[in-house]
Order: sequence, then structure tokens, then C-alpha cells
Amino acid sequence: MSDVVLRTEDLGITFGGLKAVQSVNLEIRKKQLYGLVGPNGAGKTTVFNLLTGVYQPTTGTFYLDGEELKGKTQEAINHKGIARTFQNIRLYNNMSVIRNVMVGLHNQPEFRCNPFTSILRLPGHYKAEEAMRARAKEILRIFGLEEERNNLACNLPYGKQRKLEIARALATNPKLLLLDEPAAGMNPHETEDLMHIVRRIRDEFDLTILLIEHDMKFVSGLCDEITVLNFGTVLTQGETSEALNNPEVIKAYLGE
Amino acid sequence: MVKKLLKSDDFKLKNCINYLAVTVALVVCIFMKSQGKLPNSYANLLVQIGYSIILAVSLNLVVGFLGELSLGHAGFMCVGAYMGTFISIQLSEVIDSKIVCLLISMLCGGLMAAFFGFLVGLPALRLKGDYLAIVTLAFGEIVRNIFKNLPWFGKAMGLTTSAVRFTKKDIPLFIIVFIMVLVTLFLVQNLVRSKHGRAITAIRDNEIAAKAMGINVTFYKLFVFVFAAFFAGVAGVFYGHYTTPVMYTFFSYNYSIEILVMVVLGGMGSINGSIIAATLITVINFKLQDALSGDLAALKYLIYALILIGIVLFNNAPKFRPYKERFAPKALIKKLTEKNRKPSDIMSDEADWNKIPTKIKMDEVLTVDVQDKLSAAQKAAKEEE
Repeated sequence: MSDVVLRTEDLGITFGGLKAVQSVNLEIRKKQLYGLVGPNGAGKTTVFNLLTGVYQPTTGTFYLDGEELKGKTQEAINHKGIARTFQNIRLYNNMSVIRNVMVGLHNQPEFRCNPFTSILRLPGHYKAEEAMRARAKEILRIFGLEEERNNLACNLPYGKQRKLEIARALATNPKLLLLDEPAAGMNPHETEDLMHIVRRIRDEFDLTILLIEHDMKFVSGLCDEITVLNFGTVLTQGETSEALNNPEVIKAYLGE
Repeated sequence: MVKKLLKSDDFKLKNCINYLAVTVALVVCIFMKSQGKLPNSYANLLVQIGYSIILAVSLNLVVGFLGELSLGHAGFMCVGAYMGTFISIQLSEVIDSKIVCLLISMLCGGLMAAFFGFLVGLPALRLKGDYLAIVTLAFGEIVRNIFKNLPWFGKAMGLTTSAVRFTKKDIPLFIIVFIMVLVTLFLVQNLVRSKHGRAITAIRDNEIAAKAMGINVTFYKLFVFVFAAFFAGVAGVFYGHYTTPVMYTFFSYNYSIEILVMVVLGGMGSINGSIIAATLITVINFKLQDALSGDLAALKYLIYALILIGIVLFNNAPKFRPYKERFAPKALIKKLTEKNRKPSDIMSDEADWNKIPTKIKMDEVLTVDVQDKLSAAQKAAKEEE
């Protein structure tokens, strides 16, 4: 299929003797909302770390738009079009909200200006800076954070910090967005709101989204397909409602 | 276009106040010099203050903004001092003007130091925290010992610089130094207040997130390191033109620490702080050296340490907080403006509980009860997480 954005083949990693993730085969199509679920310690975040180059896979490989990205650095993978958020929020706490997003915009070709242009304050610097500010505002508007753009990131409430992290990842203009528990710590109202936003950014930016989530309402409301991991192996894959009703999955979550 | 430019952050008062302060200080000093009221020793002190500011501001870039501990700043200064002054001495045979010699050697010395910064930084910046500190420390010691043993630089006698040293006949060196301070401030602040500065602080705040945002961490670390080394080299060239001989003993580990003290005292990541602290420490050193002679000279370090401890305590100990708040510039301005406000204004935005006569001491109730409950609630919330 030509519209496959992310394909992983037999992806796996071992830490010493521990097989943290084993033979994960994913195929995510363009504009798909794909879920990755599983009990704690199943290796979901490890899969994200493999896909973003934090860890190098010991077996298998993965392709973005048909291009092999295995072995590339985190920076290079981001340039190729995979952006992520973190399970434990990693914002730049001492920067204002808008600056957080502007850091995400750093590598976009339209805002390119070399360090010496900035140091000597040549016109290119002001142009780039202004364009970045405008673009960052636009992105923040989607997330309803425009009013708070001058607050420090650490002063935002938890739910908004999560949103800001997504906004920052989105600023790097990815093809594939990896969201690690985006709804963790949100109240039902905020979760609802987030679902709308995720759909909206998918449509507006032609994004493909792979997300990890424990909130099954969120997953079943948003994802068309999911993969269930348990102890680093794939338990089942397929359409959301089917996969979630699979007796093996229920057993993995609830025990016998 | 011009209007837009004037509106940008660069022209806000709080961002240019340091240029203004340095310029005013320079103008005042030039005026005093022209009136003949500036003693020679003070002109020398000004040179020291000038190059200390350059050193502190550039080290602040590495320690405060990039968040890497470097103890080799005196080493880069050493490279600049020896190489730059050496070049200057060679040039002085061809070029008559001392200023031209100084400017060319400043550039050369800075570039040499930057080159060394590149050589050291390339392998060293793979290390983190203490390890980087140890490597840079070793670099500083190695460099000065190399210069000590090279025949062209006068070996253990030091490099004699009397050929290029600025004397009474020339224009005072401090003017050139302070112009360079302004240039340094301009370049460093522009770097910090740009997208590249944001990337650098992003690396400091969270390297993993910075990498995930596609920021080239290695490039920026190396860039900052080299950039800072350049200015250390320039400061070294000034040192070489101000003193004779240039001795390898000056650039010891202690001097690196002294620059670091300036940065830490002024506040990491605060350029204005670095300027103030560099000035303060240089003046303290100078005054102590002046006041204590003979057997008492050893007391210098004791008093110096006491003053440092005092300042650090004053800055950080909770007991001093009320005094600090009362005498902070912001509070003073507020006080002055408050006099002209109507009482009704004050009541509306900040009810002053202390002034309301009640039998219950409101502030005690507020501070003790509520704060205890708040902190207890916060603790509970944290434990739950």
C-alpha cells in the first residue's frame, strides 16, 4: 500500500537479558488515529523511544514513508517528520508558553537564519523572529492557549501543560505525531476537549497520529485501530472495539 | 520598518539598561580623566573591571545559559594573552600605532582561543557535568604549562610586553576595553535573545526534549563553547597589553574559579548580574590588596571569603528576605509611587491586612493556618502522584 506512513518490521529491543519489546509489526496509514494500549510495563513507551531514536532497536527496523529511519539520531528523526510528547511532561518550564512553541519551530525552513545573522541583528533576524511569533500564535490558538502565551509554562494547569506539549510537537511540522498518554491527569471535560483537538489537528495538518493511552473511553472514541501490547509482545491488533473485547486483552488488564 | 524595529524587544529599556549603564560609566570616567581627577591606579582598576566583565559575561553563556560547567576559562584567556600579545609585539615593529596593533592582536588572540575552544570542545562536550569540569580544568593547567615551556614566550620569566604596553602617553586603555565590553554585551545578548538563544536554553532546561524538537544539540554546545572562548581570548589580549610580564602563574585554576564565582554570584543566566558581580569582586580584590600589605596580605583571602559568604547568605537565606524585599529597587519604586495614590486605590487592589485594626492578628492567622493547610494539601497531592 502506498499510503502507509509508518511501517515497523519485527521491531524489538533487549536490555541485557530482558526482552523489553519483541517483534512489533505496525502498519499505520495516512491520517489514521492509531492506538497503542497495554498494561503498565508492557513496553509502549519503549516503542516510542525506539521510533524517535532514543533507543536503537536490537532487532528489526522501521520506515517512515518508505524511508528507513533505523540508526538515525533523535534530531534527524525529528527532521524526517516524527514528533512526540512525553509521558512525564517535559516542557521548558522557565520559558513562556509562546517560546516553548517557538523552540518547536526552530528547524522549520521558512524561519531559517544562521547564528551570525542573529548575533549581528541583520534584517533576516527580525523577519524570522516575527514570522515565528505569528506562526506560534496560530498554533496556540488551535489549543486555546493564545491568551496565556506570556505566562511561564510551569504556571499552567496540568491539562494545559499537556496541550502545550502537543502544540510544541506540532510546531516541528511532523508527518507522524506520537502522543504518550495525552489525557493523563485530565478531567473528563478536558479529555473531551482534547479529543476534538486531536481530530482537528489531524485534519488541518494532514497528520497521522499514534497514541498511547490508558483511558479506554478516549481510545475507543478516537482510534480506528489499535495494537495491544503485553510484556513487550503484541497481544492483538485490529479494529478498536474488536481488539478491546478480545478475551486475552481483558485477561491481561484485569487478570483471571 | 524603523517603527517596528523600535517596538521590538531589543529596544525595551530593561533590555538596554546595561548598555546605558556601561556607557554612562565610561563617559564619566573619560570626563574625570580629562580633568585629571582619575588617579592612575584607578585607571588600571578600570581595565581590570573591563576584562573581568568580558570574562564573566562570556563564561555565563556557558555556565548559565548552556548549563555546562567549564573550569577552563582562564586557560582560554591564557591562550589569548600569550598568542595575542606575541602577535602584537611582532606587529609593533611594523606598525607604529599601538591601537591598531591592539585591535589586530585582539582579533587574532580571540580567534586562537576560539580555535582551542573548538579543539577542546569537540571531544569534551560529549561529557556531562563534573566530567566536563575536570577535562576543562585539565585543559587550563596544560595550556599554561605549555606556554611556560615554549622558548618564544619567555619561559618561566613570562612574556615581556613593554613594547606594546599602554603608557601615559597613549590614550587610556580602559576606553578601548570598555568599548569592547559594549561590543561583547551586544553580541552576547543578541545571541541569547534570538531563536538560537532559545535553543540553547532549551538544551539547558531539558536536553531530551530539545533533541526531540530536532535541535542540533552538539552544534549549539560547541558553538557556545567556541563563542565564549573567543571572548576569553580577547580579555586575555587586554590583560597582555595592560601588564608586564604576562606570567603563566596568573592563569591558574584559582583564576578560573574566580570567574566562576563572578558568574554564580551575579546569578546564572543573568548578564546584568555578571556585570555587577565582576565589578564588585574586582573592586573588592583591589581594595583589599591596597589596604593590606606585608604580613597582613594573607588576610586578603580570609576577608574575601567572608564577604563572599555574606553576599551568598544575603541572597539566599530566608531570614534576609524581608530586608531584601524592602530595599530591592522594585519595592522602592513602588513605595515612591504609592504615596501619590489614593487610599481607595490601595484598598481595591491589595487590602493591607496589617493596617486593619482587629483583635485577631490577621497576618498570623493567614500565614500560619492557611499556609500550613496549603502545604499539607500539596504534600498529600504529591504523595498521591
